[in-house]
Amino acid sequence: MTVVETYPTLDQAARAMGGDAAFLGGGTLVMRAVNEGVAPARLIRVTGPGLSELRVSGDSVRIGAGVTMADVLASRDLEFLHPVARVIGGPQVRNMATVAGNLFAAHPFGDFAAALLALDARVIGAGQGGARPVADVLRDRARAGLVAAIEVPRPRDPKAFGFLKVSRVKPRGVSILSIAAYLPREGGRIRGARVAFGAMGPVPLRSSGAERALEGQSLGAAAIDSAASAATEGLDPPTDEIASAWYRKEVAGVHLKRLLTDMERR
Amino acid sequence: MAKTPVTFTLNGQSKSAFADPGQNLLDFLRRGVGDLTPKFGCGQGTCGACTVTIDGETRLSCLVLAETVYGREVGTAAGLADGAALDPLQTVFMEHFAAQCGYCTPGMLVSARALLDRNPRPSREEVIEAISGNLCRCTGYEPIITAILAVAEGRARA
Amino acid sequence: MNDMTTSGPMVEFRKDIFADERDDNLNEIGKPTRRQDIPGHVTGRSPFFDDHLFDGLLHMRCVRSPHHHARIRRIDTSVAQRMPGVVRVLTGRDVPVNLNTLLSLLDFGLDDEPILSEKKVAYRGEPVAAVIARSEAEARAAVAEVEVDWEVLPHVFDVEEAIKPGAPAVLEIYPNNTFVYHGKYDHQKLRYGEADRALAEADHVIEGRYQMSPIEQAPIETCGAIAAPEQNDRYVCYTSTQALFFSLGTAAKVLSMPSSRLHFVGGTVGGGFGGKVDSVHEPLAILGAILTGHPVKYAWDRAEEMQVGAPRGAERWYITDGVMNDGRIVARKFTGYFDAGAYTRLSSYAIIKGVGHLPGPYTIPNVSANVYCVYTNRTPATAMRGFGITGVDFAIEAHMDKVAEAVGLNPVELRLLNAYRDGDMKAHRRVAKNCALIECAQVVAEKAGIALSPEMKAASSLKDGGGARGELPRRTATDEDGRVAGFAATSYARKEGSASAPQPHPPQSPAVPSRPQGSQPAPAVTSGQRPPAGGSMPPAGGSPSATPQPEKASARKPARSGAMRFSSLSGFRRR
Ligand SMILES: Cc1cc2nc3c(=O)[nH]c(=O)nc-3n(C[C@H](O)[C@H](O)[C@H](O)COP(=O)(O)OP(=O)(O)OC[C@H]3O[C@@H](n4cnc5c(N)ncnc54)[C@H](O)[C@@H]3O)c2cc1C
Ligand code: FES
Ligand code: FES
Repeated sequence: MTVVETYPTLDQAARAMGGDAAFLGGGTLVMRAVNEGVAPARLIRVTGPGLSELRVSGDSVRIGAGVTMADVLASRDLEFLHPVARVIGGPQVRNMATVAGNLFAAHPFGDFAAALLALDARVIGAGQGGARPVADVLRDRARAGLVAAIEVPRPRDPKAFGFLKVSRVKPRGVSILSIAAYLPREGGRIRGARVAFGAMGPVPLRSSGAERALEGQSLGAAAIDSAASAATEGLDPPTDEIASAWYRKEVAGVHLKRLLTDMERR
Repeated sequence: MAKTPVTFTLNGQSKSAFADPGQNLLDFLRRGVGDLTPKFGCGQGTCGACTVTIDGETRLSCLVLAETVYGREVGTAAGLADGAALDPLQTVFMEHFAAQCGYCTPGMLVSARALLDRNPRPSREEVIEAISGNLCRCTGYEPIITAILAVAEGRARA
Repeated sequence: MNDMTTSGPMVEFRKDIFADERDDNLNEIGKPTRRQDIPGHVTGRSPFFDDHLFDGLLHMRCVRSPHHHARIRRIDTSVAQRMPGVVRVLTGRDVPVNLNTLLSLLDFGLDDEPILSEKKVAYRGEPVAAVIARSEAEARAAVAEVEVDWEVLPHVFDVEEAIKPGAPAVLEIYPNNTFVYHGKYDHQKLRYGEADRALAEADHVIEGRYQMSPIEQAPIETCGAIAAPEQNDRYVCYTSTQALFFSLGTAAKVLSMPSSRLHFVGGTVGGGFGGKVDSVHEPLAILGAILTGHPVKYAWDRAEEMQVGAPRGAERWYITDGVMNDGRIVARKFTGYFDAGAYTRLSSYAIIKGVGHLPGPYTIPNVSANVYCVYTNRTPATAMRGFGITGVDFAIEAHMDKVAEAVGLNPVELRLLNAYRDGDMKAHRRVAKNCALIECAQVVAEKAGIALSPEMKAASSLKDGGGARGELPRRTATDEDGRVAGFAATSYARKEGSASAPQPHPPQSPAVPSRPQGSQPAPAVTSGQRPPAGGSMPPAGGSPSATPQPEKASARKPARSGAMRFSSLSGFRRR
């Protein structure tokens, strides 16, 4: 049966973690596991203040581990992330689900993490000064440790960031896939293209094919078409109740094209 | 198994009860406190029948660890009516046939009330968005949307 | 009350149609009214089954098969028994009458489904043991510790695969994987006129194949029941059932106790849609209360509701229409396969209902149907809104569109042309009355902006029906295809003690030719006739002499205490 351990600080919580423990964020996934009797024996939670802090410094925003999707939607500084937060679950889920928890949400979840990946966000671990790329955390979530905060660079040109979630049930449904694209431009050419897919692999992943097709190009029909046809290169999406691997591969390029065309017209 | 004492406010009244380890707020409210208005539909966050408010914001009580509401303000559908005086939403739900089997209704009403408290004049789209976390298998939603809009537009006879 | 259901664009009453046939000055009918239970719903006070609180409530959860089809070699509950909080673990041996079929209360079908299976499972999620513990979490934990030694068997999921010779037998009691109708046939028949001859004479023959998926009713309240000991050796049962007396009768039978000892409370159902008639929770909850002396709750969680909750069964239909150049449909043949899943539940009955509905709301003078209730290793199917009708209606209406395209007619006009009109004879040999399809289709055309010919605009359900259209076919071709041996026809609709076999047709049925028509051979007890859809039928029981084993559990089965006999379906019993 579940035992709950409560700590005043994240650092203390981090020391209490172990293989038989789960950290309780917003609880939208952990509590389901508790209800179904498949959660680890110990639940670790933190009561102290400060976790829900949102701090803007220069061209980046620091999102505390306790910040929810609803908090993101209430913040003007995070306006560029509103299209992402808005499509995660229903209103109650958004009031509970944390950004940090989204990094650990198993397929087909992780829409926000896909956006963080495209934006090259960095993750600050509990008790650590330095930050690591989101991709590192996603690569080995089991050993990522506790996340204290996430640092997200604010796109200089908000129009350079685009996000699209594709689901069957509207307005709220689980992703068939989601796409986040960050396409900063210099002199009309894309420099440093980052395109990430949610629900196209075990964790959110970048599309190297699409990035290669877009890099150095101006965002136009030709570049969009070649990005769309290269979109799923190297990706091996899962089959689940929502969609088959075949379907996901088949439609990923189509949806990427729609997103990019939309971004081109902004 | 050690139980945890939880003192909190339920619909404006102070309550204390013991929570089991790992017990969710839905089970705690129903069995521990005796407020049967939040309903179990899934225990996974997908149906919204268990919707309550915590400090005024809607939450899925099946996904809230009971002991985390210590010191907080919980609202349920049981708190909507003031004695015999129904909330206008309850009245219009009756008038517009917005409840058929009635199982989703308490959660639906909590979501609707939270919307109107925040935004007294929502658009149809905002109403749809606000109840998008509450499934109803009976009504097809249309009567529910109509009812909420009727209150918003002040057409309800309170 | 101000604007109720009449408000908004959702419901439009077209009172101009049939205005002279209706009295609008009634006190209640035709007037909006408030449901009597809605104040309880909006205040959250409606008492659903789980809203009854009991001190010392115990929780029951089932151990379920991870396999689609398997033999049970051994069930070891010893570890689970010793788990924290566990009060008792039940297996099939604890169930007084561990074999039932839902419609046995109507004397329809053979007992085929264990409450807790002891020997074999036929679908994934089939329960084989039930743990009763002090908390739900403890029950869950103990369920995981019940050890079952499985011998996995080959399974079959497809209805046409299931009826091929050599397919795995889902149920030993129906070795060919088909329900037996009227003690005689491996399918339900409809014969009206001479479909084959009319097809041969038609200008166009249009074929189609239609397949639907199973559909979960998905009520927001999952199915469940709470039972508790009462005074005087009685047990109270609060249940989510849609069919209180059905569940009561089933519990009395399975528990082998008079229903006077059972106090059922229900009627407040958190959405049923057909999925809450199967009465699987009440007997086990009451058994738990009997054996522990405590209140026991047995309810599905959401995953169970979706996995083992019986859905609307999937149907596969083959339709062949004979159509004249002017759009008149002169013949319609059906071959239907209804996927019952692993046990009968209500599927056998759904087919009877569905066949009564053929050929849809159209006046077609020659109709023939063979409809099979097929067992597969899928979740047993049961009722869902309009069941027996919805699946085949999807097939019929999709086919109507195909026919319209083939003969170059507007699909609405094709329907108007063929629709029942008052006075027409229907394929189940009743005269159509109060028809309104024509009027509905006219309004639909108007709303959809579809231009109708003046003739079709002027059509009316009240005109041009009856006459020749109201007559029974002069000849009806019959056959003995699909005969099976070893089952006896009975009908409980006949009077007790009456020995006369039931008439296969109602009294107004046409003179049935004494010999089968066409190229069919003389009736044979077993038949290798292929259904038109190309699926081949296994010879019944492998050979005429392969009489199925006598019903195993009948020895333990007590005499039914006053079985309810109140329907007019044709039932059968094992000979
Ligand atoms: C109905 C419903 C709809 C949903 N819809 C979506 C959707 O559309 N898109 C989507 O992406 N997700 C969706 N989710 C999944 C989930 O709600 C989100 O992914 C959410 O962001 C998870 O955050 P949480 O705080 O609730 O996580 P929790 O449940 O608290 O935790 C999830 C995991 O993250 C770990 N964790 C949490 N915080 C930290 C931390 N600070 N450091 C280290 N590990 C941590 C936990 O230990 C656990 O393993 C949905 C969930 C539900 C129930
Ligand atoms: S019971 Fe909580 S969301 Fe369904
Ligand atoms: S009224 Fe039945 S689920 Fe909404």
